[in-house]
Amino acid sequence: MTQANMEILPRGVQVALFLGLAALLAFPFAGTEFYTEMVTRMMIMAIFAMSLDLLQGVTGLVSLGHAAYFGLAGYALAFLTPQGEAVSLWWTLPVAVLGSGLAALIIGFFVVRTRGIYFIMVTMAFAQMVFFLFFDNKALGGSDGLYINFRPSAALFGWVPFDLDGKRTLYYFTLAAMLLVYAFLRRLLWSPFGRALAGIRVNEHRMRAMGFYTFGYKLTAFTLAGGLAGLAGYLWGTQTGYINPELMGFQMSAHTIMMVVLGGMGNIAGAMVGAFTFEYLLHVFKDLPQVGSVNLGKHWQLWMGLFIVLLVTFAPRGLLGLAERFGKRGMDKENQDE
Amino acid sequence: MDLANFFIQLLNSVQYGLLLFMLAAGLTLIFGIMGVVNLAHGSFYMLGAYLAWSLSALFGSLSLAIIGGAALSVLFGLALEWLLFRHFYERDHLDQVLLTFGLIYIFEELRSIVWGDDVHGVPIPELLSASIPLTDNLSYPVYRLFMSGVCLALAAGLYFLISKTRLGMKIRAGAFNRDMAEALGVNIKLIHAVVFALGVGLAAVAGMVAAPVASVYPNMGSQVLIMCFVVVVIGGIGSVRGALIAALLVGLVDTFGKVLLPQVAGMLVYILMAAVLLYKPEGLFKQ
Repeated sequence: MTQANMEILPRGVQVALFLGLAALLAFPFAGTEFYTEMVTRMMIMAIFAMSLDLLQGVTGLVSLGHAAYFGLAGYALAFLTPQGEAVSLWWTLPVAVLGSGLAALIIGFFVVRTRGIYFIMVTMAFAQMVFFLFFDNKALGGSDGLYINFRPSAALFGWVPFDLDGKRTLYYFTLAAMLLVYAFLRRLLWSPFGRALAGIRVNEHRMRAMGFYTFGYKLTAFTLAGGLAGLAGYLWGTQTGYINPELMGFQMSAHTIMMVVLGGMGNIAGAMVGAFTFEYLLHVFKDLPQVGSVNLGKHWQLWMGLFIVLLVTFAPRGLLGLAERFGKRGMDKENQDE
Repeated sequence: MDLANFFIQLLNSVQYGLLLFMLAAGLTLIFGIMGVVNLAHGSFYMLGAYLAWSLSALFGSLSLAIIGGAALSVLFGLALEWLLFRHFYERDHLDQVLLTFGLIYIFEELRSIVWGDDVHGVPIPELLSASIPLTDNLSYPVYRLFMSGVCLALAAGLYFLISKTRLGMKIRAGAFNRDMAEALGVNIKLIHAVVFALGVGLAAVAGMVAAPVASVYPNMGSQVLIMCFVVVVIGGIGSVRGALIAALLVGLVDTFGKVLLPQVAGMLVYILMAAVLLYKPEGLFKQ
């Protein structure tokens, strides 16, 4: 198993996370509008990646179809928003999240019965089914997707606490959502439920022999993860104002897996770090200059592919895995000095 | 739908099913024997199609192109196995997913650099370009029968190789118990390389024979890959016989779905898969 098991974060990583949080809080005042939007997108992807980590890192279920729930919530927002005006945030957000969770519950009933490689293939196939449902039907937007002309409104009985049209407001709203999801998942990880999920990852047979109804635990995790992916999808639809079937595709799911692995699996923080790093790399690769007659940025997939292959060959435990390894090495040295 | 049309659709579904089988057989063999999940399998299909396009222009003959292309793709498979895949047999499925996902990106861009991003057609050889008339206004192209013939011949060859030859016996032994087979003197490393190259070759030949009908275009591998997954899941991982039956089933459902229920055609095979999973979570023919 190459899976990292680092649920307790090393001190250095904790400090880095706090510094990162401080940087995120200050960022909209330092960065340009372009970068504020980019970091908002990174935080949305961080929520999405954390939701997958609950399955992939904590429970040991590698879903290649997680983007389906992300996309479904975006579509929910698109359908609930009228052509000519904004819709209320306060009921559409729960509806979108619950809708994604419900879809995950139904699909989960089929996929959670399978395991290992089957689980990977079946989650992918079901996501593809959802993809084709939208792709093939003009009434659902078809291959062109749908526009969301108005961002959801936060108005409560005439009082407007904040306005998501503001780029900074949306930024802080997303940041708050990301922190809430992080706190929720960290708490969940240490609850008896979270411990049971971790037990299932390590040895499902033994958990069942001990009397745990593992199907129920896994299905609950799958549903929760789907709902949280829906939160990310809703925010994505809010930010971009546009939703299309590609958001539910195989590539999107694979990117999310990549984020979780890149950061380091199983402790939720890794997924966040991975999402930021992955999105940043994507930005760097797409922004590469023209050299002679070759446009390096146009072939960003080549660099991303090489990066992925190198990463998985040489550092399968991700960035936090590397940090931990160097941390340990440092500690060993200290012990020797004594 | 009248009888002649029904007959044509039936032939089409068998032909599509057999094509899917060639792809799924490689996928299921590579998984069943080496335990490797290969998302890049669709890229080998794409490689075959592009080779058919280039080589048939070069040689002026599709059959020469297929033979040359098969040889090239088997060499490519051997190189890839030696360079990357053999290091991943003992690794997590997750690592394999990531490795092969990275490879999809690399292959897709290399394809773009070598062959460009346009859609290309491959001409049907003159010998096979005729049609067999069925009624006054319906006929069936000979080339599609040729495709089915090639797929059937390879399926039969594969069956013979695995169940009747000495090499096949070693392959089965390695899949059943790797350590035991190795202790008995089977060169597992060699077997793995051969099976992997065989899988690559089958996928590439599928791409080559499909090229004149399906044309040659970017990202052609990914849709086919997902269909293969469905076939492998329905048939049961590692089972070549399961893959054959599932591929024919998927071919039928997909072809007739497109004619009879075009609104939900894209979803039908997935519904079939869900139904099978509900009944048998490990596929129809779990090994």
